[in-house]
Amino acid sequence: MNLAPKQTRAGEVRGDHKVVASLVPLGGRVLDIGSEDGALLDHLVRERQVDGRGVELSQAGVNRCVARGLSVIQGDADKDLADYPDDAFDVVILSQTLQATREPKKVMRELLRIGKQVIVSIPNFAHWRNRMQLLFRGRMPVTKYLPYEWYDTPNIHFCSLRDFVELCHELDADVEKAIALSAHGNKIPVNAPWWVWNIVAEQAVFLLKR
Amino acid sequence: MPTESKHPEALDPVKANQAETPSSKLARFPADQPLELDSGVQLAPWQIAYETYGALNSDKSNAILVCHALTGDQYVASTNPVTGKPGWWDLMVGPGKPIDTNHYFVVCANVLGGCLGTTGPASINPETGTPYGLDLPVITIRDMVRAQARLVDHLGIDTLFTVIGGSMGGMQVLQWAASYPERVFAAVPIAAAARHTSQNIAFHEVGRQAIMADPNWRGGGYIDEDVRPTKGLAVARMAAHVTYMSDESLHQKFGRNLQDRDRLTFGFDADFQIESYLRHQGMTFVDRFDANSYLYVTRAMDYFDLAHEFGGSLPAAFAGTKTRFCVMSFTSDWLFPTSESRSVVKALNAAAANVSFVEIESDRGHDSFLLDVPEMFETIQGFMTGAAHARGIPAPGEAG
Repeated sequence: MNLAPKQTRAGEVRGDHKVVASLVPLGGRVLDIGSEDGALLDHLVRERQVDGRGVELSQAGVNRCVARGLSVIQGDADKDLADYPDDAFDVVILSQTLQATREPKKVMRELLRIGKQVIVSIPNFAHWRNRMQLLFRGRMPVTKYLPYEWYDTPNIHFCSLRDFVELCHELDADVEKAIALSAHGNKIPVNAPWWVWNIVAEQAVFLLKR
Repeated sequence: MPTESKHPEALDPVKANQAETPSSKLARFPADQPLELDSGVQLAPWQIAYETYGALNSDKSNAILVCHALTGDQYVASTNPVTGKPGWWDLMVGPGKPIDTNHYFVVCANVLGGCLGTTGPASINPETGTPYGLDLPVITIRDMVRAQARLVDHLGIDTLFTVIGGSMGGMQVLQWAASYPERVFAAVPIAAAARHTSQNIAFHEVGRQAIMADPNWRGGGYIDEDVRPTKGLAVARMAAHVTYMSDESLHQKFGRNLQDRDRLTFGFDADFQIESYLRHQGMTFVDRFDANSYLYVTRAMDYFDLAHEFGGSLPAAFAGTKTRFCVMSFTSDWLFPTSESRSVVKALNAAAANVSFVEIESDRGHDSFLLDVPEMFETIQGFMTGAAHARGIPAPGEAG
């Protein structure tokens, strides 16, 4: 979804990818939805020796992934997850994509069905910078991290971290871990209650279980 | 498909006796080693003609089987003895090519029912001493694959590193993966489908009827009567050839351009370049292909419906498979469209298989898989490298 911070140099692993990788069991069977150019999946195959598969919406992205030796198919999180059997994967990862799906709740339900564990990373729409833009400029927030105007954004279902946690409760999913991150994907080293994270975190990674 | 030029030494494969004693390698299976066919017939004796390239490594883990399409042959990367032309996939297979024969051991066999050395309708029927003609039982894609499996046994290879092929070759790849999952480490079906559609069957039927309408076909017995249904076979090829190209590529290549003339002749001569091109395609084809083989091999494709073999469920064909798949289609291919590849991918997902799926942008239609399409080469190279790592064998360019 092009939300990823672009500051990383070639060959450097993105901070949020490192955080996701730390949650993935060694040698697990993993499905990465929204593989982009395969950076995360490649990292997982190398560092966590996973049996990794990917789904990517853009055909150009898929072709790049396959050319680098990854198992990736062209597909749409909204439509194509129904094909997979229950518990097909140890871990299903949805990285920075949920906000761009048509039916986030349905997608979440599918993730929890096909993965024994689910890792979801999302941008936090309730970050203070966004709040300030709305409050003082009265305009939809446009930040370095969320660079789109309201009319051209692929992100059609934004939520705050608290909204997301609420959805997890509704779906009976246990939040095993939640890690707040800065826009750069660095961990925010504060032990704070949810309402604080909901203001200071630009994104977060959740580890969920049914 | 590149324009075929009539090679001065082009020979009729039957007259050149390529059907019985091919220029390539040959494995003969005597009467006590029959091939069981889907039709219920035990075919014996039978033979399979093949070529190999590169060297088999010591633990026999680097073998790649290339499956050819309808009118292909075993000469995937070496000169075809009938046409004198380079191998049909020498862009893909060879030293330093995406399927690198410096590194992999590549096997390609003429299909059962073919006419370049594997048992087919032009082969001698041992019971009569004359060519089988229509006495050869109808062959299926699974029969072709069974024959290949026997060849792979014969070569002492247990598991193939990769089985790859386009069009009918891709059908064979899917059949291999379904019939012998433990013997196929990686599978690459290109521009293929898990079944032949009604439209596909319809085009084939047009071709077959053209052959059978030729008075020289003689009920399939033309070889004995020393005639050949070249007109019918040429028409069959012309009709089929149109299906291998896209409207876009025809338009770009020929448009409404006239052939060696300034104005329409108000007759039925080949006024248009496309007509001249198709006639040429038809005429050169009959020099290298046997009409009855064309009937048998098209029939095999028509009968192909992999799901049918598994109670109507395509996912069941791949249940529990450990094979790594790379499914590939082309945007302008309307004969084996992306939707067919997508159904295969859907079934593989339902079987939780390891699958990659790539649709390549190309305006050159079904034939794209035979042409210089760099994105296809990059994808296959990347997939093979990933598969080599998973298999624990070095990929080309790596120490080993």
